[in-house]
Amino acid sequence: MAAPELERALREAAAGPERAGEAAAVALGAVRAALAAAGGAAALSERERALFGAFLRSLARAPRAARPEGVWQRCFLEGLPAPALCVLLEALGCPRPSLHPKEVAEVLEQFLQEGRMSALLWEVCQQPAQAGSPELQEALLNRIVCLPDYVSNKLEGKNPPVFFPQNYFPLLGGAIIQVLQKISDSLRGGLDCSISFVSHVLGKVCIHGRQKEILGILLPRLMDLTKSDCIWQRICWRLVECVPDRWMEAVVLGFVQRAPGADVLSRVLGNLVVKNKKAQFVVTQKVLLLQYGHTTAVLQNLLGYLALDSLRRALLIKVLQELLETWSSSSAVKHSPPEQQQYISKAILICLSHLKKTEIESCRQELLTSMMEGVKCHLDSSLPQIRRLGMIVAESISAKINTDGPVLKFQYEEDDEVRELKSLLVQALPFCAVPSLPDEKNDKADAALPLVSESNDKSHTAAPVMPDEELDTELDSDDDLIPYDMSEDKEVKIKAPVYIRDCIEALTGSEDMDKWEATIKALESLVRKNPEATREVSVELAKILLHLEEKTCIEGFVELRQRAQVAVLTTDPIPVAKYLTSQFYSLNYSLRQRMDILDVLVLAAQELSYPKSHGKTKHSGGPKPCIQLLPGSDSSKDWRRIVDERIKSKTRRFATGQSQMELASGANEFNSVAGHFFFPLIQHFDRPLTTFDLLGEDHFVLGRLVHTLAVLMYLAVNTVAVAAMGKALLEFVWALRFHTDLYVRQGLLSCISSLLISVPAERLLEDMTEELLETQSWLGDVVEKDPDGDCRRLALQNLLFMENLKKKLQTAPS
Amino acid sequence: MALPPPDPQFVLRGTSAAVHTLHFSCGGQEPDVPILFSGSENGFIHVWNLKTHRVDTALDGHGRKSVYCVETMGDKTRLLSQGRDQRICLWDLAEGRTAVTDSVFTENVGFCRCSLLTVAQGRWLMAMAAKALEEVQVLELPSKTSVCTLKPEAGAKLGMPMCLKLWQLSSGSQPLLLAGYEDGSVVLWNLSMGKPLSQLACHQEPVMSLDFDSEKTKGISGSSEKVLSIWSLNEQQNLQVYKTHNLVNAGISDITIRPDKKIVATAGWDHRIRIFGWKKLKPLAVLDYHTATVHCVSFSNHKNPRERLLAAGSKDHRISIWSIYTQT
Repeated sequence: MAAPELERALREAAAGPERAGEAAAVALGAVRAALAAAGGAAALSERERALFGAFLRSLARAPRAARPEGVWQRCFLEGLPAPALCVLLEALGCPRPSLHPKEVAEVLEQFLQEGRMSALLWEVCQQPAQAGSPELQEALLNRIVCLPDYVSNKLEGKNPPVFFPQNYFPLLGGAIIQVLQKISDSLRGGLDCSISFVSHVLGKVCIHGRQKEILGILLPRLMDLTKSDCIWQRICWRLVECVPDRWMEAVVLGFVQRAPGADVLSRVLGNLVVKNKKAQFVVTQKVLLLQYGHTTAVLQNLLGYLALDSLRRALLIKVLQELLETWSSSSAVKHSPPEQQQYISKAILICLSHLKKTEIESCRQELLTSMMEGVKCHLDSSLPQIRRLGMIVAESISAKINTDGPVLKFQYEEDDEVRELKSLLVQALPFCAVPSLPDEKNDKADAALPLVSESNDKSHTAAPVMPDEELDTELDSDDDLIPYDMSEDKEVKIKAPVYIRDCIEALTGSEDMDKWEATIKALESLVRKNPEATREVSVELAKILLHLEEKTCIEGFVELRQRAQVAVLTTDPIPVAKYLTSQFYSLNYSLRQRMDILDVLVLAAQELSYPKSHGKTKHSGGPKPCIQLLPGSDSSKDWRRIVDERIKSKTRRFATGQSQMELASGANEFNSVAGHFFFPLIQHFDRPLTTFDLLGEDHFVLGRLVHTLAVLMYLAVNTVAVAAMGKALLEFVWALRFHTDLYVRQGLLSCISSLLISVPAERLLEDMTEELLETQSWLGDVVEKDPDGDCRRLALQNLLFMENLKKKLQTAPS
Repeated sequence: MALPPPDPQFVLRGTSAAVHTLHFSCGGQEPDVPILFSGSENGFIHVWNLKTHRVDTALDGHGRKSVYCVETMGDKTRLLSQGRDQRICLWDLAEGRTAVTDSVFTENVGFCRCSLLTVAQGRWLMAMAAKALEEVQVLELPSKTSVCTLKPEAGAKLGMPMCLKLWQLSSGSQPLLLAGYEDGSVVLWNLSMGKPLSQLACHQEPVMSLDFDSEKTKGISGSSEKVLSIWSLNEQQNLQVYKTHNLVNAGISDITIRPDKKIVATAGWDHRIRIFGWKKLKPLAVLDYHTATVHCVSFSNHKNPRERLLAAGSKDHRISIWSIYTQT
């Protein structure tokens, strides 16, 4: 037994710094010998360890002379790894170090590269009791996980790359794999050892946010190793189970996010969710119901993992029930962000894809109840996205529970998002699906071919058989029949009415559908061509158009009608706007009609407010000659041309500079009528009618109204009424600011934006200071608390906008 | 410069409803007056005297429901009419009588005109759409005994029959039926076996009308599309597309080949009557007189070819009578 010699050598080396050089060499030799004899660091006794620690510490404190170069480094590298690491890091942390940090870093670097880290872990695993008290283990754990931070803090800029987290943690991962390998070997050899320290390391690394680095190394290896080896599977399960609760979430999430498939997850985690309460909470509650940032693949991994084992399937059903509860809760639909609702919908669809028939039978009633509840509150929502989500999920549930009855079917547009959601219902095939061999494919194709030709034989193709001249022995052709003039044979166009009054008649009284169609198609241009005639009957025409329903199936009816309505409104704005706005708040209109009114008002306002000196086309770019050669019908343009020409004729130009682009200009026609569009709309929103309750369940129309007001406000820029409109709008927004509907709130925020844009800053600050301040504090609240991302963004923009206005006013000379 | 198209020879007014069907009876000897029967939407059958251009009689036998098929059986004293009251009436008009002697309750709710074929003196076959949606029934008249029911194979998805044409290669030979269906195909049926002999997809849309020339075994069909389809029947009794002809405007409601097989007339939804040479389907004339959809065209059966007339009935309540290509 070399122990007494070792003890003596260490004692001497630790005690006598003056002879430390030689003593260190002796001690190193003794340690080497002892370790070789004992067969591993773990074989050393507690006393010897303590002595070795003291020896290393004295080495670290010793002056340079007392440390023979080459030897002292070996002492750290070949001795016991745990004390070595501790002493090295202590030396690094020492305020007046005798060892230069650079030297320490070099040794540490070697320490890592020579695989001492795995030796360290292995040492702790072998004899957890001997490796020291829990506090000591805790300290060691801390040093291992925080090593990059320690080192980089000390060395500041001169940190060697091996200590960068992106390099260090993969290295640590490799060390863990080596240790696990040793553990597996020793288990096979019948020896017991503890894995808990490794679990602690893993947990702590993960909670420090280094899942990517460490699991990037660990997971692929574990995947391979656990494929067919049950001991490795057990080791793996144990590794995860021993992670302390406080770090469990990070570890489980790390695995779930990185596993390439549910089967891998199942191999690596085992029945962790059943055994560990914390893991169960993370998997069944936190990831699914409280978070929503994970990708679809994560959801598929997680739910697939739950579905893969009979013990876990009970959890799957429970999860589905909880998801459905959230999905069908009207408060959740109203208040949670659309992204989260989409996430939950995805999770539900994936759950459904995993459930078996018998399982569905067992909870059929509950599924049905929550489906009915959920579809109702989804369809109530004003966001088309939410409505569609509701439809898709409800369709899927109903298809699952009614395998042989009628199923729910909604109409919505198919797009990529819908297809993605629907694809979730079909379980992804397991990875091992071998692509069918080319031979097989060919066989299939061959088999399919005869079928095609058979069907061809059966029904004769309609391909024209060319008239065969030989067979067609018609010597006398049609030539003896002389054709008449057929030049008049053109495509029929139904004669559209040419007078506005005829249109009214055709639209109201006529039973002739062709005429009716021709009228609706011609109406817009007719109105635009005959403004005078239109003014005579404008309100009547507006009334007819508002009540007009699609009698025949003509393409783009809604648009045609809308364009005609806009034309009427722009031709005679004041009376028609008065009529339309009064109808918006009157009885016996459908929501559709009310929204039509809003659309028409917006479009007409837009048209009126755009300058249209060049007709309808808005030209842009490209220098144009200053003089319009086209004779304008407008008298004002004629006047302009004459003046221009006179100037031209009397001016001699010595050089022509770049000709300037003439900006489109004209009177803002919206100026005089903005108020007629705006004020009647804003007045009556809080007076419910029997059939129309804006503040109640017709919040969708309210949302549209609010958006309409925002647009009108925006278009009213540079008009006289803008300040009054702004004030009224601010009051309106204030009254509705806590509305529960997302769409309404977004509209309110756009109202504020367009108000800030349209109303001159001076008027804003003079006339509505109080209101603005209130609004500002409300915006601040929205930025912080609103569940919807868009609302928060809009509010933030508004706040910035206010700030800018303020700055502008301050810098502007008053 | 081609001549401008002729104007109608005369126009018959006074049906006071859209005209759906026309039938001439002009084959009689003097002093028989040439007659035109017209069936209109208000359920009346008008008997027009073509000498005076006045209505001789108005027959009311379909309960004011639209009459969409009128045919004479032999001479002008026996008349067959089909109406939207789901009945086919047989009339006795001899000696000024106006009595319905017999009727067949078709139970069919469509508007497929029946087709009549004389098989012997005083014996006719009549094909009509039956109660079941896809079926055609053939009866013998006047006994009203059912000859056969033509039912497409299950899964053929032909839809309702839209137009029918009974014909035989020569008198005494096996009668055959051509039927145009809702899915745009034309099917040739063998009556004795009750089996389809051939099927041809002529159109994308329902076949609105067809006529067949049993001498040249060539037929023509029109649909709501802009295309006329001409097809032929070969010796193996297979239907083949012979030619298609594109029209200027979509929609054909009736097609008739003149009894001498020289020209074809079509009634268009574009208010126009079109005349083609039958041999090559050479466009000959476009007769633009009506102000609404033309529902039917019919050629007269005058003994003297020079007197032959063309009549067209339209939704605008008028019947236009034309004399065109009578010199050939």
